[in-house]
Amino acid sequence: MPVFWNSVSEFVAMGGYGDYVWGAYGVTLMAIVIEVLALRLRSRRLGTPAQRALGAGQS
Amino acid sequence: MNALVAIMRFELLLAWRRKSALATTLGFFVIVASLFPLGLGADPQLLRLIGSGVVWVAALLATLLGLARLFAADHEDGTLEQLRLSCVPLPLAALAKIGAHWLVTAVPLCLAAPILGLQYGLSASAIGVLVASLVLGTPVLCLLGAMGAALTLGLRAGGVLVPVLVLPLEVPVLIMGAGSVEAHMNGLGAGPWLSLLAALLIVFVLATPWVVAFALRISSE
Amino acid sequence: MATLTASRSRFFRYASPATFYPLAGRLWPWFAAVAAVLALAGLAIGLLIAPTDATQGDSYRIIFIHVPAAWMSMFIYLVMAFYAVLTFVFQTRLSAMMMRALAPTGAMFTFIALWTGALWGKPTWGAWWVWDARLTSELILLFLYLGFMALQSAIDDTRRADRAGALVALVGVVNVPIIYFSVKWWNTLHQGASVSLTRAPSMAREMLIGMLLMALACWMYSIAVALVRVRALIVERERDAAWLREAGEA
Repeated sequence: MPVFWNSVSEFVAMGGYGDYVWGAYGVTLMAIVIEVLALRLRSRRLGTPAQRALGAGQS
Repeated sequence: MNALVAIMRFELLLAWRRKSALATTLGFFVIVASLFPLGLGADPQLLRLIGSGVVWVAALLATLLGLARLFAADHEDGTLEQLRLSCVPLPLAALAKIGAHWLVTAVPLCLAAPILGLQYGLSASAIGVLVASLVLGTPVLCLLGAMGAALTLGLRAGGVLVPVLVLPLEVPVLIMGAGSVEAHMNGLGAGPWLSLLAALLIVFVLATPWVVAFALRISSE
Repeated sequence: MATLTASRSRFFRYASPATFYPLAGRLWPWFAAVAAVLALAGLAIGLLIAPTDATQGDSYRIIFIHVPAAWMSMFIYLVMAFYAVLTFVFQTRLSAMMMRALAPTGAMFTFIALWTGALWGKPTWGAWWVWDARLTSELILLFLYLGFMALQSAIDDTRRADRAGALVALVGVVNVPIIYFSVKWWNTLHQGASVSLTRAPSMAREMLIGMLLMALACWMYSIAVALVRVRALIVERERDAAWLREAGEA
């Protein structure tokens, strides 16, 4: 399938709707990145299984 | 049936002993409705347009006020536990409490609404529709609110949680209630909207007490 | 009959956090990988290959996330309600945890659907926000998600939180049609302000494929994220359970 755009600048401009299209995709990406990072942080804070085992053993 | 009447009478007696609490809800309702012209300007044309919506929003907020007290006192002093163990079915007891709550908090709102309607320049027939919609709609608000109160029973954050839980579910009542008045003013006739409200009311009266009772069981286990 | 009980017992075995925890740990990277591949393919088709829409220009390219996000926002709420039913019928802890694990992702997709809807609406109808039945219902859906999550986080006792959350999810799902139709009727009452959004642009095949790929990608992403979150929830709740400690020593 051929690429629709002739140049990169045309792709970025999105036929004059660049702000809207990239605003939509950008915020979506941001939301997903925030969710993934928050989740990773949450899992990290719980520690690895081995760390948990040690902690439980000490207490 | 006897139990229903007995619990309602008891609740009404309790409410009568705390008359100031009732006046507070009514006062809140009137104050909220009176704030809008102050914020938006007193253009009669505008006020007539927004009147029914404002009164309805004020009713939504006012019915939320007393909800924290609905089951909390009974929960603390063990009455709720007694009710659960007694031979009275819990949904019936819940319905009785909600009915009493409606009588003491929402009926005054319905009675005060015509005065607010006059402030907003609504015609006499529009005020009639407004009161009819409030009479049909406020019981649904009380039932939904009771569900929120039952779910948040004894929680520290309960006070702010109930509106967040309950208000989105109350949107259809708001739309139908305010819509009936607006349809009447546009000459479309309020009948269909009031019928919808009545249908909603029947469904909710039949279904919600069980949900409330279930929520009470979850919360007091 | 024997096979039925066997399959039932297998089902319940996976409903136990102890067996589900390692299973979810093995599965989620696959879902994440499939989601990434599908999203790349969908984006390539949607943004690079699909032609411009004749009436809307390139602003229509927002549908490749807007529509999948809107679908997911509703679908996840339905799945939550399904897990709510399981919570009450089978009293399984895991179904309640799944319900809880899905809610933030559902809320995120609802937010994305609203945000992209606004960015699509501005060039198309000249307004960021239109009080249209679908947008308004979507907004109320976001409130429902927020209410659910607020209630869950306010209750410390996990059993109560699970059951109260399940009840809220069920009440919400019953109310969603009522809300949608009342908003729809309300919209017809206010003819002046409404914009008709029910136009189906004749979609090129590439557009349809791109949208379906993105929808599948969102679906797989939701599963992956929910699995990771449910693992975190399991650890938070069963920190001291013997099986988790053994899993750590193994």
